[in-house]
Amino acid sequence: MSGNKRELRYAFPKTVPVMAGYLVLGAAYGILMTDSGFSPLWPVVISVIVYAGSLQYLGVSLMASAVNPVYGFLMSFMLNARHLFYGISMLDKYRDIKRFKPYLIFALTDETFSVLCGENPPAGMDRDKVYFWIAFLDHCYWVLGTALGALLGSLISFDTAGMDFVLTALFVVIFTGQWEEREGHPSALLGLSAAGICLLIFGPDNFIIPAMAVILAALAVVYGKKKG
Amino acid sequence: MKTEIAVVAAMTAATVLSRFLPFWVFKGGRSTPPFVEFLGKTLPYATIGLLVVYCLKSPISSVKTLLWEGGKGSPAAWGIPEIAAVAAVVLLHRWRKNALLSIGLGTAVYMVLIQLVF
Repeated sequence: MSGNKRELRYAFPKTVPVMAGYLVLGAAYGILMTDSGFSPLWPVVISVIVYAGSLQYLGVSLMASAVNPVYGFLMSFMLNARHLFYGISMLDKYRDIKRFKPYLIFALTDETFSVLCGENPPAGMDRDKVYFWIAFLDHCYWVLGTALGALLGSLISFDTAGMDFVLTALFVVIFTGQWEEREGHPSALLGLSAAGICLLIFGPDNFIIPAMAVILAALAVVYGKKKG
Repeated sequence: MKTEIAVVAAMTAATVLSRFLPFWVFKGGRSTPPFVEFLGKTLPYATIGLLVVYCLKSPISSVKTLLWEGGKGSPAAWGIPEIAAVAAVVLLHRWRKNALLSIGLGTAVYMVLIQLVF
């Protein structure tokens, strides 16, 4: 494959914060799974094919308690419902992607979404390849972190407490960057306040879906007013 | 073993469905309804806001509990490390506009605060 270098060199720095976060959280997942009695192969395969951080953590208890797969499917879908927003947000950006499109949709995690949604590669660069590298590198970090945790978890002595804040910081940076674009202010504030209020009302485990509903309803009202 | 494989299959199917559904429903050929197009423009902003709150859900809930109980709590329970680190990230980012610098230093501030200070 020739001519990949430029895109890779451009994409890599964008993924460094995700690398730090995924190595730590992936390793924590690998440790959790092996501590629950699974061989290292399990978490690594799951990180390759499921590739959804918070669901995989929930999955440890789903698997340990051997839940009914139908129930497992519904729980998983509820937890993943926010992915629907990422898809709708990326419809336009992904419309004329020629290559790697199924993979780019498959690999749309919170972090990859947040990096890609503000990403416009400079002219002359192959956009499809830039997107692919960002998505693929992130996926590699997650699998690598999982493998390291599963195989070497007991050897880690460096105190990594708080390192997972890197992902919070990533989202705050993207939020701050988007804030420069004025037309996004009402929507950004809507996201913050709807999520904040729903969190206070419904608690940390059940607030995402009500928050999504409030956001959709509010945007529908704004849209209706604009039209009429 | 069989049950575990079934649970992993269910998790995989649910994740794939949640990621592909919007693209299947609004296939390129058909024209996207104008409301969905409007959502495509406005949702990215709201979604990042939602994600920020999602990441900070534990400290926010902890502060809520403290206020509810009207009691006293440690600075960590009041979310001081998170507030300080988020403020550091925002200020650094507005000042230097360098994502890696803001994220790296912000995370370092947070780690120092929770490991050494509080």
